[in-house]
Amino acid sequence: MYPDHFIYTKEHEWVSVEEDTGTIGITHHAQSELGDIVYVDLPKIGSTVAQHTTFGSVESVKAVSDIYSPVSGEVVAINDSLSSAPEKLNADPHGDAWLIKVKLSNAAELKGEGMMSAADYSKYVGA
Amino acid sequence: MSEAVSLKATPLNAVHRQLGAKMVDFGGWDMPVQYKGILDEHKAVRTSVGVFDVSHMGEIVVRGLEALALVNLVSTNDASKLKVGQVHYSGLLYEHGGFVDDILVHKVSDDEYFICVNASNQDKDYDHIVANNRFKATVENAGPRYAQIAVQGPKALEVCQKLTATELAPIAYYWFVDGQFANVEARIARTGYTGEDGFEVYVSPEHAVSVWEAILEAGAEFGILPCGLGARNTLRLEAKMALYGHEIDATISPLEAGLGWVVKWDKGDFIGKATLEQQKAAGLTRKLVGFAMIGRGIGRDGYEVEVNGSKAGWVTSGGPAPTLGKNIGLCYLPTEFAVPGQTIHVVIRGLAVEAVTVPTPFYKRAK
Repeated sequence: MYPDHFIYTKEHEWVSVEEDTGTIGITHHAQSELGDIVYVDLPKIGSTVAQHTTFGSVESVKAVSDIYSPVSGEVVAINDSLSSAPEKLNADPHGDAWLIKVKLSNAAELKGEGMMSAADYSKYVGA
Repeated sequence: MSEAVSLKATPLNAVHRQLGAKMVDFGGWDMPVQYKGILDEHKAVRTSVGVFDVSHMGEIVVRGLEALALVNLVSTNDASKLKVGQVHYSGLLYEHGGFVDDILVHKVSDDEYFICVNASNQDKDYDHIVANNRFKATVENAGPRYAQIAVQGPKALEVCQKLTATELAPIAYYWFVDGQFANVEARIARTGYTGEDGFEVYVSPEHAVSVWEAILEAGAEFGILPCGLGARNTLRLEAKMALYGHEIDATISPLEAGLGWVVKWDKGDFIGKATLEQQKAAGLTRKLVGFAMIGRGIGRDGYEVEVNGSKAGWVTSGGPAPTLGKNIGLCYLPTEFAVPGQTIHVVIRGLAVEAVTVPTPFYKRAK
């Protein structure tokens, strides 16, 4: 269920790092808890995000949920397809429905407190 | 996830869990918010049929020679106009004109009225009615004697008809009969909280599971879905049906809420009448109005509403309207702005997002 090469947070985001760029999304557990997702609010390319602070929101029919960034850095890409098809977040949260890509400003954050492996995250959500 | 130990459970609680429902604390009750998903459940009710466990709802029975006098004193609608087997929507008010609750009054006989009330208001409603009982009437808090299951949608009639020998088609909207349903005694009312045709079936709690299963089986050919409180909320919002604690509460009068049609001025005295008369004479300062979002975003319950850059009101209920494909809501605004076509802004996480007031209901079923 949870890809091994992702790093997970307690707020149910994931980050997948290639070289100095991290791709960020929400987890399967997060989308399942939210239910039908109808709206995604993402930051602009070129803006900066800080670790464990909110950079956007995901809304289901029922509720709004802030998204917290697992890492700090500059936003280099956003997943535009989600504005017209937010339901992709329910279908493929670990793949097609990534949220943003960030150029990491501090790779050491990945090993910081509260960051979890796939095995630890699975335990955390009781999967 | 918090444990459900302190929450009240309906007789269908285990069935919901078996069906994989997501359970939530709803006013102290452990209730299903969704099974498959709110959008699918919403669509099932609009296009075919859905079934809801609404056993958390309360029931209060008023009996006696002067049952009518008591019902008419505590509620705003005129129960003397009800025929046996008829139902109406009404308000239970405080002297100051705010809502104790909104209720459905069923006339069972000349000396018996069966009142369906909101789950979390049940005890408060009962106390309020008892406190005003200076008549030859008895009041029973009958919630524990009833489970309630709502079958809603254009196919609800066909599904329910398979389960009873009583002919259901002749029962008009807001009428009810007592009869056998899925082999048990039931009160079958053509009422609902979705804006669709349908029935609300009251049975003894020990029969809730067998009746629920019979409905699912009878509805299988129509793709019936069990539906949770999430879909119940999106459905009732599209139909602009009030939700206690949102559109109405102890601080809101029926006139402000657009429910003047359930206030019958010429029926004699009722609790709250004097305040409502004053309000009517002085003119209302605020009114409930519908809106649709224009800018990107969803105006939700409790969000502030601005007109011309100043705080003017608040959203009582808001969210996506699946049938309409729009983001809609209801809000209180000063009377002069509470007319369709007014540009407003809903403050969504610090950002004023454009919306426009619109006529309601947002959705009305084709006859």
